[in-house]
Amino acid sequence: MKVHVNGLEKIFEVSELPLSQLIEELALKEKKFAIEYNGEIISKGNFPQTILKDGDKLEIVIAVGGG
Amino acid sequence: MKSDNLLIAGKYYVSRLLVGTGKYKDFEETRKAIDESGAEIVTVAIRRTNIGQDQNEKSLLDFIPKEKYTYLPNTAGCYSKDEAIRTLRLARELLDGHNLVKLEVLGDPNTLYPNVIETVEAAKTLIKEGFDVMVYTSDDPIIAKQLEDIGCCAIMPLASLIGSGMGILNPHNLEIIIDNAKVPIIVDAGVGTASDAVIAMELGCDGVLMNTAIAAAKDPILMAKAMKKAIESGRDAFIAGRMKKKFYQAAPSSPTSGLIK
Repeated sequence: MKVHVNGLEKIFEVSELPLSQLIEELALKEKKFAIEYNGEIISKGNFPQTILKDGDKLEIVIAVGGG
Repeated sequence: MKSDNLLIAGKYYVSRLLVGTGKYKDFEETRKAIDESGAEIVTVAIRRTNIGQDQNEKSLLDFIPKEKYTYLPNTAGCYSKDEAIRTLRLARELLDGHNLVKLEVLGDPNTLYPNVIETVEAAKTLIKEGFDVMVYTSDDPIIAKQLEDIGCCAIMPLASLIGSGMGILNPHNLEIIIDNAKVPIIVDAGVGTASDAVIAMELGCDGVLMNTAIAAAKDPILMAKAMKKAIESGRDAFIAGRMKKKFYQAAPSSPTSGLIK
């Protein structure tokens, strides 16, 4: 399946992927971030029950330097 | 608490200098400059994280601790109300429900001049959603008042274009905005050096927000120090109340009697 993460296409061998597994794979666990899942913000409490499927779109953001 | 503290959205701040965290050489320089500036409110941008390309990438939050500073997430780079609203909703989630935000909706990539129509619309929605909106705008007094009337907690007119360092181009517009306002007026963008910050404060602005003036100085740490003093002396001079200007008429400072003849 294909999942779009921050505008990049990521291909997985499986047909379903828990969001928490993706977070681990992207080495985000230690970071402070927020996720928009198919256009809706998803709170951390809802990560465990969120299962990604083909065509899903994710935006994962952090705070960076800016004026 | 001193009586001259800056009140924004129910919270008092000792410093009237607000600083950005962009354009520094590295996070260490960012940390030092912000520390020297004495600023308590720091702006941050919200951007896509790299997704595993660089796992050891350092985080701004490690250098500018959220416990020590008030983070002001901005919408820099947003050209529509929808983009700005989306960015700040993500920011609120990212910063654990933090409501104080800096709204800016840009109109043009060359001038980064604000699109005030989109800004007003975005502000209405954000305020409805419970955000405390500090808003970047032009130095148009009518728009500034309108933004105040819809409930923005601070109005932040430009001194000149973002990152230009051209200083205050229209002090009289700023004076009109200040005279009409009941919320803090904070000059945001265009300050180039310490004297610009002093002038903003002498005009009666409640604070100044700057980034490039410090970050792009040859010695950003020293400039941060200079800006701290500029904001403080400008504020003191404003409260002290300047003497009246006398045109084409001198007035001696020393006694006119008792001269040796």
